[in-house]
Amino acid sequence: MVELVAKSPCGGRLPVEHGASRLSEVAMTRLTSLQPKQGQEKALSQALKSAHGMVFPAPNRATGKEGARAIWIGKGQAMLVGPEPDAGLAAHAAMTDQSDAWAMVRLEGAAAENVLARLVPVDLRQTVFKRGHSVRTMLQHMSVSITRISDEAFFILAFRSMAGTLVHDLETAMKGVAARR
Amino acid sequence: MRIKCPLCGERDRREFYYVGDAVLLERPDPEAGDHAWDTYLHLRDNPAGVTRDLWYHEAGCAAWVVVTRNTVTHEVLKTELAEKRRRKLVEGAS
Ligand SMILES: [Zn+2]
Repeated sequence: MVELVAKSPCGGRLPVEHGASRLSEVAMTRLTSLQPKQGQEKALSQALKSAHGMVFPAPNRATGKEGARAIWIGKGQAMLVGPEPDAGLAAHAAMTDQSDAWAMVRLEGAAAENVLARLVPVDLRQTVFKRGHSVRTMLQHMSVSITRISDEAFFILAFRSMAGTLVHDLETAMKGVAARR
Repeated sequence: MRIKCPLCGERDRREFYYVGDAVLLERPDPEAGDHAWDTYLHLRDNPAGVTRDLWYHEAGCAAWVVVTRNTVTHEVLKTELAEKRRRKLVEGAS
């Protein structure tokens, strides 16, 4: 038998650090998209709460914590990040395994906001974008999901095929911000 | 131009893909006849002023949005989920 080796989307490219920002890859984990069936939004939220400890996130929000998050990723859709989804969820939602389809990175540090300000056309400053807030938007020309997970850290999801571009664009902005200090 | 997505909030126009006149939500009955279908498919107004069209929040939440805007001033007057607008049409309201 051939021994297959799992390769992470940003493998070999991260972590990097420039000035007051640091970019690292989030370890590959289970990703499941959840789409509530018609009229099942509340039932799904309750099932999610009892199985994984978080409610179904409202638009522009994420629920849960490190290791088990539910992130709103579009109209009628959330991404469960971390746990193996409880089988009982299937009664209320269409579920798809997305584990290998996304690159996941963490951008943190005092300069993280300024780095994203160069790339994203949405205001992500702490005053308006707080912990647990999340957006679907663009990073340069790429579709991404960005969630604030702490005062100085963001969790970013991008399509796996764009991992190289994601790291390149973020690192270029990190260097630019660092150069201006 | 900035468009207020009913779900995501106000966003840059770059995040949206223009789909066409919102009349697309008013598909005639299959038996409505050639005239109704010809009008639905091909006849469009080109107003200098208020118009209503469909935009797709492609780089955001993937919702279809009905945008009422002014082609002269670029002012966005109203936005609504296409889903809601369609439901109203089906239920006979305007
Ligand atoms: Zn949206």
